[in-house]
Amino acid sequence: MRVLGIESSCDETGVAIYDTEAGLLAHALHSQVAAHAEYGGVVPELASRDHVRRMVPLVREVLARAGLKGAELDGVCHTAGPGLVGALLTGTLTARGLGLGWGLPVLGVHHMEGHLLAPMLEPEPPAFPFLALLVSGGHTLLVEVRGLGGYRVLGQSLDDAVGEAFDKTAKLLGLGYPGGPALARLAEQGDPGRFRFPRPMTDRPGLDFSFSGLKTFALNMLAKVAGSEQDRADIARAFEEAVVATLVIKCRRALEQTGLSRLVVAGGVGANRRLREALAGLAAAHGARVYYPRIEFCTDNGAMIALVGALRLAGGDRGDGEPLVRARWSLESLQPPGAA
Amino acid sequence: MSGVLLAVETATEACSVGLWVEGETRVRHEVAPREHARLSGRFIEVLLAESGLTASAIDAIAVGRGPGSFTGVRIAISLVQGLALSLDRPVIPVSTLAVLGQGGLRRHEGVEAALVAIDARMGQVYWGAFARDPDTGLALAATDEAVLDPARVSAEAIRPQDAVAVGTGWGAHGAALQVALGSGCAITEPEALPHAEDLLALARPRFEAGDAVDAAEALPVYLRDQVASKPRPR
Repeated sequence: MRVLGIESSCDETGVAIYDTEAGLLAHALHSQVAAHAEYGGVVPELASRDHVRRMVPLVREVLARAGLKGAELDGVCHTAGPGLVGALLTGTLTARGLGLGWGLPVLGVHHMEGHLLAPMLEPEPPAFPFLALLVSGGHTLLVEVRGLGGYRVLGQSLDDAVGEAFDKTAKLLGLGYPGGPALARLAEQGDPGRFRFPRPMTDRPGLDFSFSGLKTFALNMLAKVAGSEQDRADIARAFEEAVVATLVIKCRRALEQTGLSRLVVAGGVGANRRLREALAGLAAAHGARVYYPRIEFCTDNGAMIALVGALRLAGGDRGDGEPLVRARWSLESLQPPGAA
Repeated sequence: MSGVLLAVETATEACSVGLWVEGETRVRHEVAPREHARLSGRFIEVLLAESGLTASAIDAIAVGRGPGSFTGVRIAISLVQGLALSLDRPVIPVSTLAVLGQGGLRRHEGVEAALVAIDARMGQVYWGAFARDPDTGLALAATDEAVLDPARVSAEAIRPQDAVAVGTGWGAHGAALQVALGSGCAITEPEALPHAEDLLALARPRFEAGDAVDAAEALPVYLRDQVASKPRPR
């Protein structure tokens, strides 16, 4: 099953071709992050406008890289949600047009399912079942993954997503938008012993998260000090440590609660070095193994969408071509392929 | 002229798709806001099936490239981009204002011009004036398209008394438009929406002349380009 996948749910346009026999054949991405930076956040209308400009060249690029013609594909899939409706529609309608022209089934894919399964694009993919920690600018989720289409959400953020907390705190520290990675770099210069931030919601049972308080805590800290470069680095360090420690505590609990021995970490925050070090330590202590997608597939991309579409079409899902997009879409409502 | 021409127009409340096959026109037209994403592709399938054709029979694709609802414009453009890319066929982008103007001229044979205004919200209209081409009978742009306050519109050489007023802008801002133009129009159609039949009429001579673009160049024309403001430096 050889499938072309399109991702356009937010501010990256991604296109890829995945083959269930041969693996990932080609992928291409256009990131709009720089275009939105001067606005201090993603502007949905600008995102949609850019998707429309990038789509055709990206589809042609992956076909050329894979050395394929449309007639050699078995299906087309697209992110159908959750995400920005206007942005989702661009990829969805392009996929619909491609499917009509090539005479192929068209299947809508759940964006988060793409993230959860992205490590399966790697040479040593995790076997089912596994625990997944999804940490990005839009989501913080702990999910028990029993198999393709079998997901149970164990915990999620009650307010800011972890990447959002990084970006907002970075903004407070004068690091611009999106400043998460810059905050992590600044934290490297920080004194780990100077400040201590709380570990939100770790003093009670449960696997939910809350990160908005850390941003406020950082703001209060900043008001108490002179605000020198070192002060800001020390605050960044303490913030990052609190986030990492909180995520690790919840992952430990989830591993113990489920008895799972494989942990998948996906989403942009999964690229954070200190988080990776801490999770490696956790895994060693628990006899578990941690799986990451390569860095470029931690953030939004077309490869994960092509992967899920190919697995689902191969498993019996029918692409009926009805282009439905959803701003919100529960991960737990998904079924294994062929079930609908 | 021979050939098969598809036309897709979803920039307003109407989802209008047409197929021209060797001189015969079929259209599916439905006023169904929020349903365009679903209906547009289905209409194409239905029209092809009724004509006994597959998509590969299409020679070129005409598309209403706006202005109109931003999302509506993109639905047609994205669908047509995908279709044109996969079929390797050219695209003929046509102004949605011209499609409306052509509709007005088609419905009123004695009228020589159309003044088109689409309600652009925020107190403005998308505006264009069109004269009937004496040779072809088709709507020909007499002004540059613009998004502006109703008080600032101009019809150039066209006398409103000789024209049909077309589009939702006349419903929302009819009085202000009349003041700006110095007169009302001979006929007013404030509920008129773009129709694929008129898109096909405008696209056919361009198809014959080879006046078409590649899928990658088939892009929306929004007119309103100031859609976000940058935060003030602190």
